[in-house]
Amino acid sequence: MSSLRIEPARSPWPRQLPVAMPSLAVDIPLLVTLLLVSGLGLVVLYSAAGGSESAVIRQSIRLGAGLAAFFVFAQIPPRYLRLWTPWVYVAVLGLLLGVMLSGEIAGGSQRWLDLGIIRFQPSELMKLATPLMVAWFFHERTLPPAFGHLFVALLIIAVPAFLIAEQPDLGTALLIVAAGGIAVLLAGMSIRLIVAGAIAAVPMAWVAWKFLLHDYQRTRVITFLFPGDAPTDATWNIWQSQIAIGSGGTFGKGWLNGTQAHLDFLPESSTDFIFAVMGEEFGLMGLVALITLYLVLVGRGLWIAVQAQDTFTRLLAGTLSLTFFVYVFVNAGMVSGILPVVGVPLPFVSAGGTSAVTLMAGFGMLAAISRHRKLIGP
Amino acid sequence: MAGRTQRLKDHWQEHRLFLTRVIGAAVVVVLLTGALVWRLVHLQVVEYERFSGLLQRNQIRVEPLPPTRGLILDRAGRILAENIPSWQLVAVPEALEDFEATLQSLELMGLVDPVNHAELVDLVGSQRSRVDRVTLTNLTEEQAATFAVRRYAFPGIDIREGLIRNYPYGEAAAHVVGYVGRISEGDLERIDGADYKGTSQIGKTGLERAYEDVLHGTVGYREMVVNAHGRRQSLETVPPGALEEQLPVPGQHVVTALDIRLQLAAQEALAGYRGAAVVVNVRNGDVLALVSTPAFDPNALAMGMSQSDYTAVRTDPDEPFINRAIGNPYSPGSTIKPFVGLAGLFYDTAYVHEDHYCNGQYRLPNSSRVYREPRRVLPHGETTLYSAIVRSCNVYFYGLGVDLDIDGMEPFMKAFGFGARTGIDIGGESAGLMPGREWKRSAFSAREDQSWYQGETVSAAIGQGYVEFTILQLAHATAAIAANGQRFRPRLLTATEDAESSELIDSPPVLLAPVSGVDEADWQEIHAAMVGVTTDERGTGRAAMDGALYSVAGKTGTAQVVGLAQDAAQPNLEDVEERQRDNGLFIGYAPAENPEVAIAVIVENNGGGGSTAAPVARKVLDAWFGTEEQVFELAAN
Repeated sequence: MSSLRIEPARSPWPRQLPVAMPSLAVDIPLLVTLLLVSGLGLVVLYSAAGGSESAVIRQSIRLGAGLAAFFVFAQIPPRYLRLWTPWVYVAVLGLLLGVMLSGEIAGGSQRWLDLGIIRFQPSELMKLATPLMVAWFFHERTLPPAFGHLFVALLIIAVPAFLIAEQPDLGTALLIVAAGGIAVLLAGMSIRLIVAGAIAAVPMAWVAWKFLLHDYQRTRVITFLFPGDAPTDATWNIWQSQIAIGSGGTFGKGWLNGTQAHLDFLPESSTDFIFAVMGEEFGLMGLVALITLYLVLVGRGLWIAVQAQDTFTRLLAGTLSLTFFVYVFVNAGMVSGILPVVGVPLPFVSAGGTSAVTLMAGFGMLAAISRHRKLIGP
Repeated sequence: MAGRTQRLKDHWQEHRLFLTRVIGAAVVVVLLTGALVWRLVHLQVVEYERFSGLLQRNQIRVEPLPPTRGLILDRAGRILAENIPSWQLVAVPEALEDFEATLQSLELMGLVDPVNHAELVDLVGSQRSRVDRVTLTNLTEEQAATFAVRRYAFPGIDIREGLIRNYPYGEAAAHVVGYVGRISEGDLERIDGADYKGTSQIGKTGLERAYEDVLHGTVGYREMVVNAHGRRQSLETVPPGALEEQLPVPGQHVVTALDIRLQLAAQEALAGYRGAAVVVNVRNGDVLALVSTPAFDPNALAMGMSQSDYTAVRTDPDEPFINRAIGNPYSPGSTIKPFVGLAGLFYDTAYVHEDHYCNGQYRLPNSSRVYREPRRVLPHGETTLYSAIVRSCNVYFYGLGVDLDIDGMEPFMKAFGFGARTGIDIGGESAGLMPGREWKRSAFSAREDQSWYQGETVSAAIGQGYVEFTILQLAHATAAIAANGQRFRPRLLTATEDAESSELIDSPPVLLAPVSGVDEADWQEIHAAMVGVTTDERGTGRAAMDGALYSVAGKTGTAQVVGLAQDAAQPNLEDVEERQRDNGLFIGYAPAENPEVAIAVIVENNGGGGSTAAPVARKVLDAWFGTEEQVFELAAN
């Protein structure tokens, strides 16, 4: 297939450490598509940031770091990943708690962990750690999962989700719930339970609305459900982004010719709302092209998942691919007005640090699974 | 390994389960992507036109270009109202930090009136108002300099140059020219707000208000690209040519009949008095001067007076805002006598052709009621119509009034315009009152008050009682006497001048219904009597007009001020007494043989018309015709 390097069929338990066999031989369709999306993202970002070269340089550095993560994770055989998973999960959970505690000491909400040189959000790491942990857990169990196992999986997902929701970062918490949920669904949770879960979700949603959501989050949901006619502060952003997309038409106004971002009508134009900038300048054609690239990534990921040979890699590959689609859909859906406002960046296009690196790391895992798919037989 | 034991599970079955789940997920992915693309097609193809329009509305702001207000000129083209550069203190909301604190500092510096504090905070604080500048106040040159030095301490506050209304003659023409002020809620009801976009001031009184539509002009507009904060931007995609622009049409100049030299002379002559003077052109109704004292400073009002200063003017017991020339009717006193005398001639009563004897008092027929001449006036003895006017004999006119009856006097007086607005082209005119039986029936509710008494006819015949005329009405009616009954509507505007082409559009004089049916000889008789007032050695106006280079036909009046004595609220005894003194009046026209101008003057609470009002009239007429000194001066040069 696409893997350039053919491993000789040897003992399924290689003696050498993963770092001892570095290689650029990775899944070519994944790599090419990632580079295309990132390149397109930089082009759009240049315009969205008002022709700022420094914004493009900073984003290039982040994407470079992401690519490095991609290559590093592509080298790690999935079984090592599996062996490390519980420790990674516990460590990230510890970081989350640490951030919360230091936040409480500082007397405010806290998401960042400052390591001096780099700052990152442990919640971002949880986006990888949670699906890893669920996949690890089910790997050892028979599928479809027993009810008791489902309960354990629920705990694996709910604990970090709750901690992150308390930060408060509802967007990331929901994405982690989505990632965990996808993993559970792929693991073969019975349809009856899914229906029952959906019914149970109604009172839970009520509890969340009543006790967990903050006022500004409730406002966002109300804004989405009942937009009304007069643009208020709350609907202003989403309205301006729809004007940007709609006025782009089929072919767009051309690169650097979008006015909504340049005249400051679009909020967060180089981060959460960059999809609208692209829609204005490149039109429907540009957006469909971008969505197609994303679908190629998702499709390639699902293909890798189907071809994977054990439960852990299958679940991990499937979950990472579908979660990636959720990111894309939530951002594009929000910006185009079919979903409420949630602060989720558009993968590889929005300017921003941690998410580019963790997403690339996830694709690195996919590349590794792709590469090792034939090596571990049943 | 522990994993080995797990291999007992059915891998083929698990793989198939996983495959179905992935296929299911792929279907969901395709469906959601379909929904997203459908949404994008809806936005970008179906609703493309609508969103393009919304985008335009978003970033193209139409900026009004306010027109320059027209000038107000006197008959010789001298400027009575103009626009001069000024400084305005503006806030740029985008750049403001703490507006409350900033405003307080500005108030401490004396630049902003604290009275407007709350209003300004509201104005600037209103979110998304999308105005890039808010005018806080007008600044004097001195204030602008004060601020300029400390500008660095006020981020978001700036000085902008603008135009402000200026009245070079200030108080002298304040009532007639009027002033402009901030557009109020009330003003908004009578104007189209769209015409005033970008304009903050509007005519409040006088000519400024009456000719607002002429002076204002037509607002223009300019489209411009703005960002979300309302700041002007340039965009390569929107070339300047694509933006529409419509230049404003400046307001027209109002050319008035006023002669500012005459106006200044009248103001100076009335200085220190509460009073008024009106001079009209006998031949076309031009109002040459219209003065009311004390006056106010229109420049301070246009600049924006502080609340306390405004209240001080408003509550001044001398009431500077009242236009005494047109808005405040007075008892005409003896100035009514030429008109009553003419009525006698018009009705051809036997009374005016007979001699009468004045013994200083008049007894009503069939009554014990006795009416006397004022104190210190000696009985006039043998009296004719001529001498009754020249010497202002009340007893003669008591008798004539009773002879004519109110039913005779009322319509004749009204033919001269008394008791109705003259129709002068500024607002605030009072109709005055020429009473009659019909009026009395409707004016009073108590039955016994509704009938007309003969005693009231007696009072009316000497311009007292219910009779009240405005000074403008007196000048207008005097002009009618001078022109043998021809009447013109008093007018201030004589032409409008296009500000750009300087083209003049004349406004013709308006003839009113003349006083008809009076014989030429009767006019002459009244003219002769009025000339006698200023020339006869017994004439009440002789002293004032002595030595004039022109002949004057006139009549003095001394009107009693009633009613104030009962006013218990008057705090100051001395003040009460001052305000109970007689009003002095004078009416006249000149030159007597070929009348050009007619004049009416009142001086409040300062004694007889011959000694107070007539000298004022003399000074005003001197300013029009010239004085002996001026003639010498001319000869010397």
